[in-house]
Amino acid sequence: MSIQDPSSPTTWRRFRDSYFLYRLQRDRRAQICMTLFVAMMASLLLTPWLAPSNPYDLAQISLLDSELPPLWIAGSDPAHLLGTDAQGRDLLSTMLYGARVSIAIGFGAVLVQSLLGTALGLLAGYRGGVIDTLLMRMADIQLSFSTLMMAIVIGAVVKAAFGGAFYGDYGVAILILIIGLSEWPQYARTVRASVLAEKQKEYVDAARVLGFSNYRIMWRHILPNALAPIFVLSTVQIANAIMAEAALSFLGLGMPETEPSLGSLIKSGFDYLQSGSWWITLLPGLLLVALVLVINLLGDWLRDTLNPRLHRARHEDSR
Amino acid sequence: MIMFLIRRLCQALAVMFVISVIGFAIQGGLGDPVQQMLGPTASEAESTTLRHSLGLDQPLWAQYLHFAGNAVRLNFGNSYFFHEPALSVIARYLPATLELVAASALLTLVLSVPIGVFCAIRPRSWPSKALMGLSVLGISVPVFLSAMVLIQLFSIGVQVTLFPADTQWGNWLNQLLSIEGGMPAYGRGNPVHVWGVWYTNFASLQGLVYLLLPALSLAFVMLPLFVRLIHAEMLDVLESDYVKYAKARGLRPSRIYFLHALKNTLLPVVTLGGVQIGTLVAYTLLTETVFQWPGAGLMFLDAIERADMPLIVAYLMVIGLMFVVTNTLVDLVYRLLNPRVILTRSVA
Amino acid sequence: MALLEVEHLEVCFPSRDGEIRAVRDVSFTLERGERLGIVGESGAGKSVLAFSLLKLLSRPGRIVRGQVRFEGRELTPLSDRQLRRIRGNRVAMIFQDPLTTLNPVLTIGQQMIESLKAHRRIAARDARILALHKLRQLQVSSPEQRLEQYPHQLSGGLCQRVVIAIALLLDPDIIIADEPTTALDVTIQAEIIALLRQLCDKHNVGLIVISHDLGVIGQLTQRLLVMYAGRIVEQGPTREIINDAQHPYTQGLINALPQMTLPRQRLAQIPGNMPTLSRAPDGCAFHPRCRYGFTSSGQPRQDCRERVPGIIVSGDSQVACHWVQELIATAPVEEDMP
Repeated sequence: MSIQDPSSPTTWRRFRDSYFLYRLQRDRRAQICMTLFVAMMASLLLTPWLAPSNPYDLAQISLLDSELPPLWIAGSDPAHLLGTDAQGRDLLSTMLYGARVSIAIGFGAVLVQSLLGTALGLLAGYRGGVIDTLLMRMADIQLSFSTLMMAIVIGAVVKAAFGGAFYGDYGVAILILIIGLSEWPQYARTVRASVLAEKQKEYVDAARVLGFSNYRIMWRHILPNALAPIFVLSTVQIANAIMAEAALSFLGLGMPETEPSLGSLIKSGFDYLQSGSWWITLLPGLLLVALVLVINLLGDWLRDTLNPRLHRARHEDSR
Repeated sequence: MIMFLIRRLCQALAVMFVISVIGFAIQGGLGDPVQQMLGPTASEAESTTLRHSLGLDQPLWAQYLHFAGNAVRLNFGNSYFFHEPALSVIARYLPATLELVAASALLTLVLSVPIGVFCAIRPRSWPSKALMGLSVLGISVPVFLSAMVLIQLFSIGVQVTLFPADTQWGNWLNQLLSIEGGMPAYGRGNPVHVWGVWYTNFASLQGLVYLLLPALSLAFVMLPLFVRLIHAEMLDVLESDYVKYAKARGLRPSRIYFLHALKNTLLPVVTLGGVQIGTLVAYTLLTETVFQWPGAGLMFLDAIERADMPLIVAYLMVIGLMFVVTNTLVDLVYRLLNPRVILTRSVA
Repeated sequence: MALLEVEHLEVCFPSRDGEIRAVRDVSFTLERGERLGIVGESGAGKSVLAFSLLKLLSRPGRIVRGQVRFEGRELTPLSDRQLRRIRGNRVAMIFQDPLTTLNPVLTIGQQMIESLKAHRRIAARDARILALHKLRQLQVSSPEQRLEQYPHQLSGGLCQRVVIAIALLLDPDIIIADEPTTALDVTIQAEIIALLRQLCDKHNVGLIVISHDLGVIGQLTQRLLVMYAGRIVEQGPTREIINDAQHPYTQGLINALPQMTLPRQRLAQIPGNMPTLSRAPDGCAFHPRCRYGFTSSGQPRQDCRERVPGIIVSGDSQVACHWVQELIATAPVEEDMP
């Protein structure tokens, strides 16, 4: 047993006293979103144990079972709660595994874009001058083309250059890179704006007077102040990345059907929509929407919570 | 104003230069046109001759100049698949895409302004709460999914068998909740020729019916974004001094909301709208795929499948030009709407 | 019957930390052609009071008690539609910052003409002529040109003249001016004050001026209300109050004014800050800052801490203060002495 110094708060205590937790305790909708999000993440982590079958294991799949409807529709098989897809894979298992792929790509892409965008944004904001102009003009152009268009163009070029088989082998990595490369301007802009605001402040002058290196000032002094907006942006961007991945997969520029993400599941099911097997495409679609919606709602709430400055300003304005 | 135009034009040219470099890099760096044109059985001598005649043995900058020169003369080479100039292929497919974009932009505008304004004026009423909730849901639904739901509901139809069919009320409820479907959800139908040159869906009822579901699904992309933006901006504007002052002058609420407040709200909306036109074009790729709408997006995806490089490059250049033109126009409209001249605004 | 009578008005803003009572039990009257000032620190509830007169409070503020009577007609139960006929027409308002008051995307002419058309059946051409006439009356240079211009193309002083012109367009009975000169340069302030005074006298318009600046109020008004933490602490003829303030708060305000005639010395100030309205102290809200709030032995006075002071009439003035009450209670004895 170690004795804690009562004057220095522990991480746990700081968390317990934080404004974040205070707001969470007062907001019913945020609690529901948080719970749903945690439940979703947990079930995706535990998928190998939760899923009724393994859709990647060909031995468990029988083509005879293809296009079985969900349990509540006549002609269903109790072994398959949500029915099966056109290849006889259990839909619930396929969806869970697919959502894992989607989430992995979402997080990976956000990691890439946040690292790239933060580094470039810091550089642009702190250095200014030609580097700033050049980088920001690039970001402007990319944003004006819409990030989805950018991702599709990069994806198209990769596919045209290397052929479809290439996707089968490196799908996840390629998609992470494509989405990461096409969305970095969002981060660069946000970070640059915070850097420009922080740079004016006296503590940066003080750090400079003390003789700290530019590198240290950027990473240790300015960046921590830009973390809140980066965090808020990241939640929205994860949702965006998941959507972008789904769009790319739907266009055939994403995950192959052998290792499907939610997007490619929707795509493969689309062909069977006309034959009445709506569940193959609409149920994965529903899961995708639920996932994105929960993340978006959390993002909305985080933005309001972590940005009390914005709120206070509003209230003061309205006498 | 003239200085602004000149500066804006220079910016647009610079952006086009960057796009052309990218186009050139794609064309030159990926795939071997010589092999594409001659097939794998060609001899070394044949390919060297062709390489020379195509100018592929020249230094890169000379090749770029050649490419740019051709691009300025609107020559992107022949499509490998169609065996005709890439640009004329695009010219054939683009109008269908533009009609789709125009129809959905119109739908977005017509729906988002009243909804956004209503939700801002009556923030506590239940319809506006429901609409704002729907808009959060809306931004979380991918366009191809909303397209499929539309197809399922209005084209394929839904047969509800939830209630016992042998009782009268069950039968009645089943029929009430079932949707007949039957809306066309595949292709363009038979567009009508207007004035001999314009081949359009807008001129006939049947054409409009074919256009409805694709345009609606595309509009669902932008609609929630615009509703949220208009709502947020309008709430801010309604708190402003000039709106309070307008109330204090005893003006009619309709005039306050739809002239005083809305005109100020529209400034950021126009800016977002311009930027989002790019996104809208990107989403046509998805909508056209779902509805097999024979537009430039579908053509582009086919071109990728066939590695038809000239067509891919030409499409990118045309779309790039479209973005640059719309962005420039948006900036102009912004200045016309906003009497306060803002000198330093940097958008590509 | 006075033109405007306010009785026991009480305005509340519900909030998470409990109700904020921004205006508490305020009563006053305004006669036709009278110029009345309301003075107090920022946050004292002056602006809220002004906006509540025409029920122009922003959400979630509302009038919870009291009456506002205009020409004997009770305004608080009226609907927005009924109030609209009074707003801008019979009672006009002038806001603090002329640059944010006028709509930035509409021309001056549009905004003047729409004001006329909202209350009169009038052709656009006649409305324009009337607008030009009012602008000339306010000594606005080249008025035809101004009508075509946007607010940002005009200086602050010019904008405020336009706002005053709009206020006078419909020949109102009352003009409520919320800090009409605060956002302006000092030289322009003087011009605007002179104009307001002259025009109100000429058209026999009642004027309510809200300001934190005793100088402005002193030049512009005949009668004065002093507000502190939502309550009126003193009211009476402006000159009388400035020369001989009764309430300790008013005395503090007046002592804080720079005096041109006296040799250079440090400006006096009232110690402490005004409480936020959500947690105003019990009793007299001013007692923690009041120099009479303590007995000679240094103990806080019980009256001041526990009871809201009643209103005492002394001459033409009314004061709400326990200390003054005591003073007056003992005064007659002193007068009787000789």
